[in-house]
Amino acid sequence: MKRFAKLFNTIDQSTKTNVKVAALASYFKDASDEDRLWTIALFSGRRPKRAVTTTKLREWAADRSAIPLWLFEESYSIVGDLAETIALVLPQNTTQTDQSLSDWIAALRAVYAQDEDARKAFVLDAWDQLGGAERFIFNKLITGGFRVGVSQKLMTRALSRATDKPEAELAHRLMGNWHPDDTTWHALVEADDASADASRPYPFYLAYGLEDTPQDLGDPADWRAEWKWDGIRGQLILRDAQYFVWSRGEELMTDRFPELARALDYLPGGTVLDGELLVWPSDQSTPSSFNALQARIGRKTVPKKLLAEAPVILHAYDLLEWQGRDLRDTPFATRRDLLEKACADLPADAPIRLSPQLDFETWDDLAALRADARNAQAEGVMLKRSQSPYLAGRKKGDWWKWKLDPLTIDAVMIYAQSGSGRRANLFTDFTFAVWNGNDLVPFTKAYSGLTDAEFRQITAWVRKNTLERFGPVRKVTPHHVFEIAFEGIQRSTRHKSGVALRFPRMLRWRQDKPLQEANTLADLEEILRIYG
Amino acid sequence: MTKPPVLSFTENGIYCAAGDFFIDPWRRVDRALITHGHSDHARWGMGSYLATHKALPVMRHRLGDITADGIAFGETRRIGDANVSFHPAGHVPGSAQIRVEVAGEVWVASGDYKVVDDGLSDPFTPIKCHHFITESTFGLPVFRWADQASVAAQINAWWAACAAAGKTAFLGAYALGKAQRLLTMLDPQIGPILTHTATENTNQVMREQGILLPSTLCANADLKPKDHPGAIVLAPPSALGSAWAKKFGPQETAFASGWMAIRGVRRRRAGDRGFIISDHADWDGLLSAIKETEAENIYVTHGYTDVFSRYLNSNGWNAQVVPTQFEGESLDKDAAE
Repeated sequence: MKRFAKLFNTIDQSTKTNVKVAALASYFKDASDEDRLWTIALFSGRRPKRAVTTTKLREWAADRSAIPLWLFEESYSIVGDLAETIALVLPQNTTQTDQSLSDWIAALRAVYAQDEDARKAFVLDAWDQLGGAERFIFNKLITGGFRVGVSQKLMTRALSRATDKPEAELAHRLMGNWHPDDTTWHALVEADDASADASRPYPFYLAYGLEDTPQDLGDPADWRAEWKWDGIRGQLILRDAQYFVWSRGEELMTDRFPELARALDYLPGGTVLDGELLVWPSDQSTPSSFNALQARIGRKTVPKKLLAEAPVILHAYDLLEWQGRDLRDTPFATRRDLLEKACADLPADAPIRLSPQLDFETWDDLAALRADARNAQAEGVMLKRSQSPYLAGRKKGDWWKWKLDPLTIDAVMIYAQSGSGRRANLFTDFTFAVWNGNDLVPFTKAYSGLTDAEFRQITAWVRKNTLERFGPVRKVTPHHVFEIAFEGIQRSTRHKSGVALRFPRMLRWRQDKPLQEANTLADLEEILRIYG
Repeated sequence: MTKPPVLSFTENGIYCAAGDFFIDPWRRVDRALITHGHSDHARWGMGSYLATHKALPVMRHRLGDITADGIAFGETRRIGDANVSFHPAGHVPGSAQIRVEVAGEVWVASGDYKVVDDGLSDPFTPIKCHHFITESTFGLPVFRWADQASVAAQINAWWAACAAAGKTAFLGAYALGKAQRLLTMLDPQIGPILTHTATENTNQVMREQGILLPSTLCANADLKPKDHPGAIVLAPPSALGSAWAKKFGPQETAFASGWMAIRGVRRRRAGDRGFIISDHADWDGLLSAIKETEAENIYVTHGYTDVFSRYLNSNGWNAQVVPTQFEGESLDKDAAE
């Protein structure tokens, strides 16, 4: 584990991509096959089967550290990471070990079948043999979620350097549903015929946000436009008479969307579609709001009632594979033609629909269409260069999202709470209120949008202007006005103010604005009436 | 009529009615007793100041022309009806806990403190009392400091690696206290030790009062970075990454702070390294200090006050949170310290 811990520390401590790639590449070159296979797995969010529940881990850690469980939980809420909290509260290790990463994983697998006492003995023993980063890594093997700043791109670059294989090929090999328990380093990375698993998705191509207007993009005739939908990005794979649904975060979500199985009735095998998952009942002319979709994303199994009330479709906008052929190098215009042909005969109630293209001749035409996006339940427009291939990851140049400006309201900060993890020593989570007569009515929380310098400034202010404390929450003197931006607004019975905002964040700290000039509940109601 | 408590917590700061003075007040008052020179404890504008002889030079340097009187550690002075004495807090050179006794009842205001000996400050001395006022900057069991020698070894290894790679090593630390403690931990065999002007000014004040510090070079506008390859530069955290720092060419940055114990904070600061070292007591240090006072009543002034006082209450103490404007160790504001 020492070798892996060293790699982990190097990556964790550096902010420089070159340093990380070099460290990974050198590790991939000469670590054992088991260790390097597991390293790829861990850094891409895979982990060994969980041998111990996190509840038990917390209990044992508190017990071994001779602190009450509530104190452990408080510490966890500040540190923000369970594996790290455990590593920090435990007493120093008394022995050392030379077991490798894969040795520890094998040991975890062996203990999986044993009873709780044996598991506890194993874990306590491990904690006593491992210090510092190694102990943290051991805990991460159980809890998962390394989040060490190794992107897929960074990992494929390092692998490419270590194996002399092209990055694009490696990116595709690493996608999908593999697990170190079922494959080997050779099969995953080196074998000539990486016998493509039927479920394996393509890396998503992601658009950059357009900062300004599209005038600088050149001739409008070179571009295609479509609505930017407010759903979640999904890839639908139809192969070997099976269907698979992948999220952009590379999560397999097939079971959550059983209605998409019917796609197999209308489209041939060897088809891969890129599109937006939306809740869209057949009697509506526009999709439902994101809230409706959220209810579906949260459920691993879907009750019949919800399936009927909130049916999901894939609004298709790209075709990545057709008749088993990878189309990603084909220009977008050609892929789009094929997509339109493939979707031409779909019945109205099919779970796949074609996302329409927007007709425009000048950039001003497009600006006018964009201004109307909210009526189409869209968040703006997407621009794609007709001749662009389907690239992997976020690349500048060929795909742009041109979002609507957010809705905004000026609100007063009334509560503050400190953050966790990287923001453990700053106040970053705030509650905001609008005026209702002489009262301030809280209506939203927000915790992003300020610079580090602004968070430091507001933290110092909160310390000096605390009126009351409720555990970690501080009531502060109403004084500061912030411009809150949000993407949507909905009536809500769960909130005192009667509204719920989508993606609220602090757009600006309005130090110029006096307290009395913040917006009112009536203003908020008006926004709800227009956009709700 | 009930008599007033020996020390009470007012909007001006900690007040002693029997002696009519304040301890580390944050508003202008006539008479201020100061635990140490950090800016959240020693503020400008008091009618008169009383602090230890060792703390005064830095206070005068920072606050300018003040009316101030010095006192030795352990010396008792009668102020009104109160007997007052200053005892080492081990936080930074000259830092004190202030003991106040009125009619046999003893209170101790500890300011900021650490219980380990840093080799530079007079080491923390536990004072028996009935009422103890404590900080809790690092009052969670996740904060446990390694011994100073092992942190010194880490820092020197990092510096040597920077020097070998042709990079200047920038180490961010408070100008008062932390910087001088780090100076004594550095191995001058590795290369030259440079300092930011703010750090050097404090060094100078301390040298003049007889505190032995390794020799340093002030990295002011006249200094040519190229003439000092393999150097380490001690600077306040805010100076890291500044235009001044960029003049040094290829460099690595590190922070030395108790906050570096938390990986998330380390990553937010986006430095290359974080060294875990603090002039505040860690979890075990706070608890041992409190135990040794034998006090029953504990007032927790700053840091993780809610959690820490809850823990004390569930373990037999009578603890309460007292809101103050003390800031403890902050990574984000050089002035606070």
